[in-house]
Amino acid sequence: MTVGLNAFILVAALLFAIGMLGVLLRKNTLVIYMSLELMLNAVNLALVAFSRYNGTMDGNLFVFFIITVAAAEVAVGLAIIVALFRRRQTVMVDQLNALSR
Amino acid sequence: MLDTLFYFFAAITLISALLMVLSPNAVNAAICMIVSFVNTAALFVLLEAYFLAILQVLVYAGAVMVLFLFIIMLLDVDKDGSSYLKEKMSLAGSIAGFALLVILIFSAFVGGQYLPETALQAVGENPTGEGPGIPFTTSAKSFGYSLFTKYMLPFQVTGFLLLAAMIGVIVVSKKQGDFK
Repeated sequence: MTVGLNAFILVAALLFAIGMLGVLLRKNTLVIYMSLELMLNAVNLALVAFSRYNGTMDGNLFVFFIITVAAAEVAVGLAIIVALFRRRQTVMVDQLNALSR
Repeated sequence: MLDTLFYFFAAITLISALLMVLSPNAVNAAICMIVSFVNTAALFVLLEAYFLAILQVLVYAGAVMVLFLFIIMLLDVDKDGSSYLKEKMSLAGSIAGFALLVILIFSAFVGGQYLPETALQAVGENPTGEGPGIPFTTSAKSFGYSLFTKYMLPFQVTGFLLLAAMIGVIVVSKKQGDFK
């Protein structure tokens, strides 16, 4: 494959930017959370690319740990969102303004 | 051939990620997210990280996104469509921030194209255990080798973190007053 490291890092950086756009733009907490997962995924792609082009295994091991931690984080975060919905009957961030009233 | 595959998978990854961000329906967003994750797994295959590609499909596209879809459908949050496009200020601010980030990335790459391009090295099949670091191999065996030598402490901390997350989820999702 003649595609260089730069191309992979460019794809990862653009994925990260798209994830940040989602966090800024969306109001649904679940979609914001999915955008956070997208940013984690972009970092995973960058780490695997660095690991492959550097010839060491450490980046792959980091991605292994990141996937594990992300799975645990998704379970806890979704439980918190469900608890929030049970109390406030909404998950839209513009209606979750109890501190400003 | 592999170059064409890279451009194909990278394009689908980026386009479906963008569709995920822009689709007003949360279920459609989750489906686009699954497409993006599967294509990232394809990019991992191109990088010869086969174990991580399988892990990505199983854990991210499988478990995590099924959990997301389940919660989206359980909460039924699509009834009042999120009308983020109607608020001009937040839309303008978000797009301006996104454009600034993209310009930053592209200017960094325009500056970086004068650097020497990194060559792709040949990789071995099995971990050898020689030399200073752990060399890149395509086998899942080197994951086990690394996890039980260099990354023993993080491995055990991760196991403890999973236990803590499991207990935390049970505590958070119980109804209030169940602990009396």
